[in-house]
Amino acid sequence: MPMPSYDVIVIGAGPNGLAAAHRLASRGAKVLVLEGANTPGGGAGLAHLSYNLDARVEAAMNLRDHGLRWMSTNLATTALSADGMHLRLEGALGDRLTGNCSDADHIAWAQLRRRLLRFAAVLSPLNQMTPPRIARKAGNHLLQLAKVGLRARMLGASEFRELGRILLTNVHDLLDDELTSPLLKGVLAFDATLGGWLGPRSPNTVLPWLVRLSGQTAGVQGVLGLPKGGMPALAAALARSVEAAGVTLRCNARVIRIMIEAERAVGVTLTSGEEVRAPRILSAIAPAVTLLDLVGPRHLDTGLTTRARQLKARGGTAKLDLTLRALPDFRGANLKDRLVIAGSEHAVETAFNPVKYGRTPDRPVMEIVLPSAHDPEAPHHLSAIVQFAPHAPADRDAARQAMLAACMAQLETQAPGIGALVQRAEILMPFDIEDRYGLPGGQWHAGELSVEQMLFLRPLPGVAQYRGPIPGLWLASAGCHPGGGVSGTPGWNAALAMEAAE
Amino acid sequence: MTALRHYETPLQTTAFHPRTEAANKLWSWGNWAGYATVLTYEDLAMEHSAIRNTATVYDLCPMVKYRIEGPEAAVYLNRLTLRDAAKLSVSGVHYTAWVTDQGHLLDDGTLFRLAPDQYRLCCQERHLPWLLDSAHGFDVTVTDETEEIAALSLQGPTSAEILRLAGFDVDQLKPFRMMDLPFGTGRLMISRTGFTGDLGYELWTTPDQALALWDALFQAGALHGLRPIGSAAVNIARLEAGFIITGYDFTPADICLREDRLRSPLEMGLGWLIDWDKGHFTGKAALARQRDHGPKWAFVGLEIEGNIPADGAILYHAQKREVGVITGACWSPVLKKNIALAQILAEHAAGSNIWAEIYALRELHYEKLMMRARVVERPFFAPARRRATPPGRF
Repeated sequence: MPMPSYDVIVIGAGPNGLAAAHRLASRGAKVLVLEGANTPGGGAGLAHLSYNLDARVEAAMNLRDHGLRWMSTNLATTALSADGMHLRLEGALGDRLTGNCSDADHIAWAQLRRRLLRFAAVLSPLNQMTPPRIARKAGNHLLQLAKVGLRARMLGASEFRELGRILLTNVHDLLDDELTSPLLKGVLAFDATLGGWLGPRSPNTVLPWLVRLSGQTAGVQGVLGLPKGGMPALAAALARSVEAAGVTLRCNARVIRIMIEAERAVGVTLTSGEEVRAPRILSAIAPAVTLLDLVGPRHLDTGLTTRARQLKARGGTAKLDLTLRALPDFRGANLKDRLVIAGSEHAVETAFNPVKYGRTPDRPVMEIVLPSAHDPEAPHHLSAIVQFAPHAPADRDAARQAMLAACMAQLETQAPGIGALVQRAEILMPFDIEDRYGLPGGQWHAGELSVEQMLFLRPLPGVAQYRGPIPGLWLASAGCHPGGGVSGTPGWNAALAMEAAE
Repeated sequence: MTALRHYETPLQTTAFHPRTEAANKLWSWGNWAGYATVLTYEDLAMEHSAIRNTATVYDLCPMVKYRIEGPEAAVYLNRLTLRDAAKLSVSGVHYTAWVTDQGHLLDDGTLFRLAPDQYRLCCQERHLPWLLDSAHGFDVTVTDETEEIAALSLQGPTSAEILRLAGFDVDQLKPFRMMDLPFGTGRLMISRTGFTGDLGYELWTTPDQALALWDALFQAGALHGLRPIGSAAVNIARLEAGFIITGYDFTPADICLREDRLRSPLEMGLGWLIDWDKGHFTGKAALARQRDHGPKWAFVGLEIEGNIPADGAILYHAQKREVGVITGACWSPVLKKNIALAQILAEHAAGSNIWAEIYALRELHYEKLMMRARVVERPFFAPARRRATPPGRF
């Protein structure tokens, strides 16, 4: 039987692999997507809220027609307080504050919030671009880059100066300069460092936050979206759209090797031994895995191999799932909100401290979503993203147990009696996430999103324009510019770069 | 108080030090890779003359040596270096070089294949971090064995005869081949290699056999003009042979600060080393791009008017425009010519109307000379005896 032939093989059916596959197929390419797991979605299964789904992807893939419904496109946040004096943030990035917050902070936050959203909006066009190359005659999109620079300058002299001042500073100082309310500073510091391996006092925490704030949901910047059926439903819609576009999607097909012949990527080998060939291979899994494991050092230069080995990929985020007998009571908090336990910016920093030394925090900070609060039919379930968890503790099982116990203790302080409601508890530590999702270090961005690994340095200098180090190989994962979240942006950008190269 | 006193004597001594020290009549020492080595023992002209007319011994211990072994040693070296290490047969030696991802030279050296899975790489600079980084993903171990080996270079027309007299039958040993024999209470490896472009051998043993080896050679060579030589004489011989030295003729990429000083093998006359067909190696893509676009620099041999060595002289086209620099030069006693090696812009590599700006120090005053330089073939000096097998009985 003759093998079906493909123009492009996409490795990994995460949001980026699917986005790239759709774009390429819609331009006439015959595309095969190979996914190691038994369902598509990749890292989307880890997230529980959407904050940066690429509008280009959502529109072109027609996700609504493929079943995407938003339960909320503007989920409110309640910052929990153990005395029941919560703080509620509604609208895009806390447009309206109610509850535990000083009058002065209402005014100060309105200013800071506007500024952050404006700065993020100025930088956001960079997300949709191939990062520039620092080289002569590199064929950069100078006009687009100039536009970003011009828009930044058009903020006015004082705002432009302020952007320069805060860009590489830390979240703690930024918040401390303007605000006084611990709950407000806590929830903001939590959001700013979500998914990273940085505490609020770590240098360079503002820029990754601005990248996060440049994301949109349903055309509105800085809001949180909750898909009906959760993030897996979003992944399913992406997969259906891709199949409707004529892409062949194969699950349970794990690639163990990218075949290289005559110094060109020519196909892939699966764990089953099966070989599939195509002139172009697009890897939408972590760059370090792609380069070091699938390609292998003998096909790469020594310097690149070393830099790939040194790519920073430390995950500090754990995922907690509780099956509950009934809805818990967080001292009257609206259970449809995203609930955040981060009593102050110091609580976030304190939760980060032990992780630096491979230990678990006593009082982790977390965001909680209760899908059954939105859907009375659904079984009661609490999903939490917990920070910070060590990615490489000395004893994994002990760390997992300690982390779970610390999470339950934290929850108990905010929702007394919740422990008795728990039917089943599961916590995925960063190393569990690595085992299950293939993300090195359990890092949500497939490589830390920190200043030294952003833009033309992401994933590595020389391969930051989606073109891999070997002819025929392209990189398109969250480890590439502009980073993670369930955005599809790196995949879409990579597909555009491939088209431009033809 | 610390017991550490090493800083008081920063230079190490080699395994031959008791002999080199006794012979060093001028007490002329230099630092080679952290070892005290002799620059000139007694008389530079006599030492160079011995390389070309009788025989010489040169202490090679400071040369950096790496042992590379394991089932994937050949595969590893093929990715590391420019030539095909798999094609090198056991007991064979080849000259090779290695580069960064960007194709910039890190070093050149000689590669010895000791066994199917075992090589020795000898070079000027230390590269262990790069060699270890390159070893990631290969079943290979890399060990710095510089201190485990005592090596001497025996060079000159009578060198083969001296080895015969010392009891080593080297008649069948061809250039770039080696043999291994018992010696004293250890082993001796003799390779027909060298850095002089003349008939010669390099002798490799363990430090405990070093002095016995030295004594055996000098006993055998007493009537064949054998004398120890320092680095100054070797430098003249290597210039005559047209050999380059890392750090003198180009700046190795790992320590080079200025982007425009980096050089590729194509720019250093080493393009012939590159095996384009062996598959991937580090720097290949960058070198292929440079090959296709044409390298900016070239490396050439020059003959210069007059008799003033032109070390460091700037080269001019039509006495006006700067087009290069001389990296090594000497008055060649063998050729009776003023020779030099130079980096020159590729468009001037054919070499018409090239001038060297030489500052001649004459009784405390510099005299600026603009001397015509002619591009000539390298090596400047290549006697047939260097390749004859069996070697001549001089």
